Amino acid sequence: MPKKSDTARKLEDVGIEIDGDVESAEEDKKAKGKGAKKPAAGKRGKAAASEDGEDEDEDDEPPRGRRAAKKKKAAQADEEESDDDIPQRRCAGNRRRGKVRESGRDGDNEKSGRKNKKGGKKKKDGKGKGKDKENDKDSDKDEKKKKNSSGDDSKSDEEEESMSEGEMAKLMEEVEEKKKLIANIRNKPWRMRRRLKVLKEAQQFVDKFEGALGKGKGRKLYAYKVMMMKKWIKFQRDFENFRTSCIPWERKIKEVESHFGSSVASYFIFLRWMYGMNLVLFSLTFGLVVIPEVLMGLPYGSIPRKTVPRAEQATAMDYSVLTDFNGYCKYSVLFYGYYNNQRTIGLLKFRLPLSYLLVGIGTFGYSLMVVIRTMAKNADVGGGDGEDNEFTFAWKMFTSWDYLIGNAETADNKYASITTSFKESIVDEQENQKDENIHLRRFLRVLANFLITCTLGGSGYLIYFVVKRSQEFANMDNLSWYEKNELEIIMSLLGLVGPMLFETIAELEEYHPRIALKWQLGRIFALFLGNLYTFLLALFDEVNSKLEEEDSIKNASLWFVKEYYANYSANNPNDTGTPPPIDPADIIRGPCWETTVGIEFVKLTISDIQVTYLTILIGDFLRAFIVRFLNYCWCWDLEAGWPSYGEFDISGNVLGLVFNQGMIWMGAFYAPGLLGINVLRLLSSMYYQCWAVMACNVPHERVFKASKSNNFYMGLLLLILFLSLLPVVYTIMSLPPSFDCGPFSGKERMFDVIMETIDLDLPAFMGTLFGYVANPGLIIPAVLLMVLAIYYLNSVSEAYQNANMELKKKMQLARDEEKNRRNNKDSTNQVMKDLEDLLPNNSRPPPSPPENRAEKKHDQGGKSPKVKPGTAGGGVHLQKDVSLASANPSARGPVTRAPGPRGPGPLPGQPGPGRGQGPPPRRQ
Amino acid sequence: MDYTNDPDVKVPLALIVNMPELKENPFRNRIVESFSEDGQGNLSFNDFVDMFSVLSEMAPRELKAIYAFKIYDFNVDNYICKEDLEKTLNKLTKEELTPEEVNLVCEKAIEEADLDGDSKLSFADFENMISRAPDFLSTFHIRI
Repeated sequence: MPKKSDTARKLEDVGIEIDGDVESAEEDKKAKGKGAKKPAAGKRGKAAASEDGEDEDEDDEPPRGRRAAKKKKAAQADEEESDDDIPQRRCAGNRRRGKVRESGRDGDNEKSGRKNKKGGKKKKDGKGKGKDKENDKDSDKDEKKKKNSSGDDSKSDEEEESMSEGEMAKLMEEVEEKKKLIANIRNKPWRMRRRLKVLKEAQQFVDKFEGALGKGKGRKLYAYKVMMMKKWIKFQRDFENFRTSCIPWERKIKEVESHFGSSVASYFIFLRWMYGMNLVLFSLTFGLVVIPEVLMGLPYGSIPRKTVPRAEQATAMDYSVLTDFNGYCKYSVLFYGYYNNQRTIGLLKFRLPLSYLLVGIGTFGYSLMVVIRTMAKNADVGGGDGEDNEFTFAWKMFTSWDYLIGNAETADNKYASITTSFKESIVDEQENQKDENIHLRRFLRVLANFLITCTLGGSGYLIYFVVKRSQEFANMDNLSWYEKNELEIIMSLLGLVGPMLFETIAELEEYHPRIALKWQLGRIFALFLGNLYTFLLALFDEVNSKLEEEDSIKNASLWFVKEYYANYSANNPNDTGTPPPIDPADIIRGPCWETTVGIEFVKLTISDIQVTYLTILIGDFLRAFIVRFLNYCWCWDLEAGWPSYGEFDISGNVLGLVFNQGMIWMGAFYAPGLLGINVLRLLSSMYYQCWAVMACNVPHERVFKASKSNNFYMGLLLLILFLSLLPVVYTIMSLPPSFDCGPFSGKERMFDVIMETIDLDLPAFMGTLFGYVANPGLIIPAVLLMVLAIYYLNSVSEAYQNANMELKKKMQLARDEEKNRRNNKDSTNQVMKDLEDLLPNNSRPPPSPPENRAEKKHDQGGKSPKVKPGTAGGGVHLQKDVSLASANPSARGPVTRAPGPRGPGPLPGQPGPGRGQGPPPRRQ
Repeated sequence: MDYTNDPDVKVPLALIVNMPELKENPFRNRIVESFSEDGQGNLSFNDFVDMFSVLSEMAPRELKAIYAFKIYDFNVDNYICKEDLEKTLNKLTKEELTPEEVNLVCEKAIEEADLDGDSKLSFADFENMISRAPDFLSTFHIRI
């Protein structure tokens, strides 16, 4: 406590320079007040005065002050002086016991560097001066006070002895109170002048009765502490800023959010999240598979799988071939087929095949983990913001402007974002207020869902039909162009028409846009699943045919090698050495279905990127361009009417991202380079789309708030992840790898590489251990245990959820009750009001009868803060009731006192427990 | 200017409002006015110190709430009534909302925060509302 007052005192020092004249006037008044108090507490004053001396210097402690000092010590734990001062002081006192008191005072003065030596009783005043470091005006008051107390002074020690414990305690209490006031002066809603005044009074009071608050050592320590505190706060702020600046694209996204609302921003946040995840997958794959292969594996051209076949060599560098990912691209590190089946490569004996398989599985493992973790975290966040609908608008109104903003551009963004957020809340609110024909609404919703189910079923059947037809076509020759491309045409038509149809039907439902977005996402997702289905079907057909083809080629290849050596020995009968190896380009190759699948996925991804970017360029940019510039010479207003600017298509973009990620997951195993392409795509997409949305789009007509947890996007992603996991796991577990390409060539199944490692690299007992673990007898109980754990955790979380709901309900109830109570107190409880009217402390006559009540209340409110601590008269307890509303009497300024302009608005009758906002209740 | 002998120098609103800390603030005039003793925006040194002491990070929530209330009370009647809210909202959004929307927002804000049912916000209402606002402390301060 006393430490804080040091700074306060410094402040005071500054303040005195400015309004010293006011100060002096106040001083006099105050001094009188003190003087009036003095007679009652004369002895107290003396005791405390002697204690002042004790604080000033230890040597000249008058003996009679000792007792009080010690008592004080015992009572005040936060006293600044250390305890070891006491014995010192005591012996000093003993030494000087015989001396006349005045001389002691003299020494005191000299010690404190003051030259105010005066004779007789004046000495005591001098002491007051020596202590008061502020100015001489203060000492005026001191003088008076000292004169009062000096009367007692002349009496001797027995008086001091007789001072009652109660008085001591009271004094101490008062000092404590003043100290508290000094510490909290900053928090008072007063004008600076009043603050200075009160502070000075309090300071003097404390100084007088308790001694100088700050001493050299403590002051330094305090200053140091304050400095460190400030440094620490600054450091924290800088660190926070640094952390924020580390989040990529935070500013870009915030900018989009401020203009387009959180729903559009949620897409970009999702995109950023996706980028982060893909970056991890990318570094995993490149660090553990691609780079080791490049650095340590056999170079290009050393073995057949790493060489372009003789037949393709002529065109291998053609642009058109390369863009199809054939030629050199196909026989590069980007695809599965390039990797050799050597068990270990390089000096480090890096087990590439094992690493390849583990990374492939790890990609899925990591993705699953990260998606589920994010979902769980989002659910956590989503649970927390349930009750913020209490003060949505009020908070937005009063706390949304950031007073720190000093930059014009930032301010503009802030205006936009505040407007957007208000619009979002308005949409929510309108949705709540809408009272409509519930039966009609229900009917329309059922109808809409029925229509959409029909559409989905129809398109499903169409896809099935077309796929079947295309399988028939596959066995036929001389097809027309349409028949060849029928599947693709139908699929893209469906993808084009479907979403638009759904959107039209969704108009019927009149959902809140946020919910409508979810429905839309779900429906389009279902539609696109058809795409996925046809794609996978076609792929599996291809793989199966390749597998059949492979068997014959394998034999041919073996035969070819045998033949080559036979021919060689036949043609060169003289040569006994080994024949020169065959050029790897000449060897007959298998079709290597894994690479084919990889190429398919890469091609698909590339074409997807092209389509997306072109759509943005044409659909958004060109449209905006035309609308903007053709508008000058057109017959109708292009901007306001048709075609206008485009809106950002959230559902389409999110689904595009999700399906793209599905492709990546499926294809990454067969084309490790796909992850690199995807990372580039997401990176460019971030900048491109951010630019496009800011440059060419307009905000949605009804800007809506995205749900805080975008778990719906995550849910879709999880679904896609499972769907893409299935085919990959199927191929790993049940299809035989190609015989002459890829890291698993020559093995029965891909996962054999694990068995091999267990057998060859790990000690024997590990193999048996794995055997036990893989035993169904162990696996089934483990699965059962997990199921039970899931069941248990699920029920626990349900219970918590119920408890949460109950608590929320209770809170709501309590709030309503409180509100009602207040309302009743004010407007309906007439008896209380009549009673208040009769109270005696309604001293001032009301100017007019109708304003009576309100005026009286204000009167009370205005008065209550002026009541001094401890001297609160009767009737103050009533003022407590209204003091909340008028907590800042000085802040209100002159209006408080003038009865005229006050509006007749009634004040809250029972404001309830204030959280310490109004000084008056605290003072009672 | 001689501050020592004539400490009652006042700086007019137009000057204060142009300082970089306040320049972009939509409520700058109100801030200065509510801290000035005369209510006209002429700040004495004490008022100026007062202003930045209240807007500093160290100031407690209760104190900030009191001055925030004064700032948002445009017509200085010690209540935040609907007109005040409308003014606040128009300043916050640069009048981009339609009159109906403004009306809706103001009514909702009063409905949420008004505890005593007089369809305007007294300080008690305001204090109760602002004391639970998560962002109030972080937004209602100025660093100088």
